Amino acid sequence: MKPVLEISGVSKSFTMHLQGGVSLPVMADVTFDVRAGECVAIVGPSGAGKSSVLKMIYGSYGCDSGRIVVTHGGEITDLVQAPPRQILALRRETIGYVSQFLRAVPRVPALDVVAEPLVALGAAREEARDRAAAMLTRLNVPQRLFGLPPATFSGGEQQRVNIARGLLPDYALLLLDEPTASLDAKNRAVVVDLINARKRGGAAIIAIVHDEDVRDAIADRIVDAAHFSAAA
Amino acid sequence: MTDDAPLLSVRGVTKWYGRRLGCRDVGFDLYPGEVIAIVGESGSGKSTLLRLLTRQADIDAGTVSYRMRDGSLRDLSALTDAERAVLRRTDWGFVHQDASFGLRMSVSAGGNIGERLMSAGARHYGDIRAEAARWLARVEIDQARIDDTPDTFSGGMRQRLQIACSLVTGPRLIFMDEPTGGLDVSVQARILDLLRGLVVDLGLSALIVTHDLGVARLLSHRIMVMKAGEVIESGLTDRVLDDPREPYTQLLVSSILPA
Repeated sequence: MKPVLEISGVSKSFTMHLQGGVSLPVMADVTFDVRAGECVAIVGPSGAGKSSVLKMIYGSYGCDSGRIVVTHGGEITDLVQAPPRQILALRRETIGYVSQFLRAVPRVPALDVVAEPLVALGAAREEARDRAAAMLTRLNVPQRLFGLPPATFSGGEQQRVNIARGLLPDYALLLLDEPTASLDAKNRAVVVDLINARKRGGAAIIAIVHDEDVRDAIADRIVDAAHFSAAA
Repeated sequence: MTDDAPLLSVRGVTKWYGRRLGCRDVGFDLYPGEVIAIVGESGSGKSTLLRLLTRQADIDAGTVSYRMRDGSLRDLSALTDAERAVLRRTDWGFVHQDASFGLRMSVSAGGNIGERLMSAGARHYGDIRAEAARWLARVEIDQARIDDTPDTFSGGMRQRLQIACSLVTGPRLIFMDEPTGGLDVSVQARILDLLRGLVVDLGLSALIVTHDLGVARLLSHRIMVMKAGEVIESGLTDRVLDDPREPYTQLLVSSILPA
């Protein structure tokens, strides 16, 4: 079966026009793929481009060259070439992204932050809220926080809201950027269980994880970002 | 959002004011349920563009086409004045930075909403008043204020009343020009959340002119960056803001003060 995600020959640099047009190479000729039901862990030092490659797959960063091909439901899309509307449709239906920090929208309660992607996929709001509540409960987020906007939550609480939001819909491709970084052992174990359940459900997963125990518990393969280096 | 026919289709729109350029060769498609932010600093031509698209001013070159409710795509220049007036009264909504452009300041809040409903054909007084009350609640204005005039309202309340007036007729497209300009940040946040919720719940398309990239990030799917009358960069909102390509866009993004 064709991999869910195929990255081939991807290069990226930032041109800083305000610093005299200096070009910062981020990565050159990056190639790897991820299959359904598989978790690939990206490892490597800070600044190697781990988060950048997730942002390129999600479309938040552009690419200078190469292909990022997502295959899902018979649709094959090259994200490097796809127009904005197609990327938005993929984000709605196919690609979930758990970023390092929750970008909190003022005044929207945690329950709706988590339920929103399900509603966008066509679920009734009440059903989406019920499922969101169950997911937040599983992640040990106290019920008294459900009705509050996450902006005032602790780092660990925000991260669990973010994880709930990203793992609740059945995305075929999941991008996880340090999903357990600010969690205690009990909640790390819950997240590991959730990730492994999504693998069994057939999701293709890319995770950046520093914690070796978590990595061992979820990863099938390791991709070393040291090889991303544009200078190498 | 999955609708494949654009609601608004803009091609090569150009406008000169004598020898001064208003805007040049602007083209884009706006799809149902999509929100596009037009960003750029004062004088970049973004408000001019909005006036041209809504035909408050004539264009020198290019076309602006709109998908009518019967599904036909019509060149706005080919519509009769009466047809354009119907669009403005029912199918389009407007939220101006200056509430006095969008509201009659000496007419009651309920009357402002009611006038828009009547111009769209409503006649039954009780229905109109009930609908006005319902919309006041929806934009979080105390219904006890229904008979007060907007000149007694705070800036934030005026903006919320404008939003109610523009949405009461069930429009498909909203034009907003600096909808939170000049308001306190706490008031701004409330209006942005309100707008965001309404746009999603009602499946509206919107064009938002703003110099505030935070507003663009919160509300829009796509961004067009204007400078000196031209669109110099456009794309997914987070791509334009997180990976800006053009020197001017990088300058705009880097000029945001961290909160």
